[in-house]
Amino acid sequence: MQGHLRSDGRKGIRNQLLVVYLVECAHHVARLIVDQSGQAEVQLVGFPGCYPNAYALRIMKRLCTHPNVGGVLLLSLGCEGFNREELEAAIRASGRPVETLVIQECGGTRKTLAAGLAATARIGGKMAEQGRVDMALDELVVGTICGGSDGTSGISANPAVGNSFNRLVAAGATCIFEETGELIGCEHIMMERAVTPELARQIDAVMHKAANYYETMGFGSFAPGNAEGGLTTQEEKSMGAYSKSGDSPISGLIKPGDLPPRGGLYLLDVVPDGEPRFGFPNISDNAEIVELIACGAHLILFTTGRGSVVGSAISPVIKICANPDTYRRMADDMDVNAGVIIEGDASVEQVGGDIFEQVKAVAAGASSVSEALGHQEFILTYKTFEPIGPGCLPTARVA
Amino acid sequence: MINRKAHVLLHQKDNILVSCRDLTPGETLCIDHQPVVLTQMIPLGHKIARRPLAKGEKILKYGASIGSALADIVVGDHVHLHNMKSDYIPSHTRKAVG
Repeated sequence: MQGHLRSDGRKGIRNQLLVVYLVECAHHVARLIVDQSGQAEVQLVGFPGCYPNAYALRIMKRLCTHPNVGGVLLLSLGCEGFNREELEAAIRASGRPVETLVIQECGGTRKTLAAGLAATARIGGKMAEQGRVDMALDELVVGTICGGSDGTSGISANPAVGNSFNRLVAAGATCIFEETGELIGCEHIMMERAVTPELARQIDAVMHKAANYYETMGFGSFAPGNAEGGLTTQEEKSMGAYSKSGDSPISGLIKPGDLPPRGGLYLLDVVPDGEPRFGFPNISDNAEIVELIACGAHLILFTTGRGSVVGSAISPVIKICANPDTYRRMADDMDVNAGVIIEGDASVEQVGGDIFEQVKAVAAGASSVSEALGHQEFILTYKTFEPIGPGCLPTARVA
Repeated sequence: MINRKAHVLLHQKDNILVSCRDLTPGETLCIDHQPVVLTQMIPLGHKIARRPLAKGEKILKYGASIGSALADIVVGDHVHLHNMKSDYIPSHTRKAVG
């Protein structure tokens, strides 16, 4: 496999050109630029709000300097609160081509569209000059998420992803599992897997935070479809979701935008710190995917029982279907059929091996199904985080 | 499809089974070597009582507690929102919000 070498030493499995709107008011013009550029690798991401947010700025910096991203066009209306100067400086410092267009200065929709198309052509030209280098499996970062879970998820697709995570971690890769709100009830077994007692205490603390946060919001991370699919309680859903993590020791606890320091298995804490302020921790699956990507994930393993069609901007999404009936209905949107485990036709180990092979193929350039269908969903909203506590990354300290 | 197994036991400690296909009323299951005639529809992925459960008893899946029984439950019953609850955060459906 080959990757695009970036100035920080990380390598990308894709070379995307991001068009970034910095407020909803610039969204339509940004979309026109992406659509009319006529290139699949030009992708649309953005932030809707006019008020500034330190978390959103940090995540956007991480996304714009993600190894899968080769160049960026920033699109501002002009009066919004997003710190476009700081974002542009961070992208420029990473060695990537970047330009900013301000709609109020450009003179409106038509003129900004014309300027944007010229800018994406310039940025794309610079990106094409960069060659590719060899990339090893231990340089790969893989995230996992489940969406539309049902009673089959926790016995087929999720443990199969856990098996693939065991294989990836053994090969030196970095694996990230997340959504602490969907791990409520698993805190004790998770703490036993922490590489140090202090890390176990930190995991316990973030799990309490998640339970308190969701209790205040009045809803668990549990959708009506989960119940229709046979899941009854938050902790039942959690036990199933947890099996995506596999059996490796937990090497660290990170927050959105933190980069794991080395290979191994990491837990991503997605629940904001402090009093609930901006609403639900993650309002949809894609908000979680964006945070995994902000932690450096090159690709995402997405398990579903009820069925999901989403992909993502920036990093390819591999879809693993847990439920054999759902697979028959939605096969065109799925990369891997883990429903064969339910039907007794394959083992968790066999499907785990299939997922591992699929990861290597997509990392080497093959399109995942959602990628080929053009799925580039993206959502980023307001949050508040404190830095991770001491002892969350024990392997970084001894390194 | 005819031979597809009806259910799976995920952990020896569990007091529920998970259905591997849609199960229909009148169907006879073999639960721990005993024949049990189903009285309810149990869709794929849903839970079936493996043991008689008393109100308040913990429901065990994957060998871990996933909530408590809200009523006495007999072997072969559908175990779901109507007869068990979370010990953490209440679940919600589209019809009952807030």
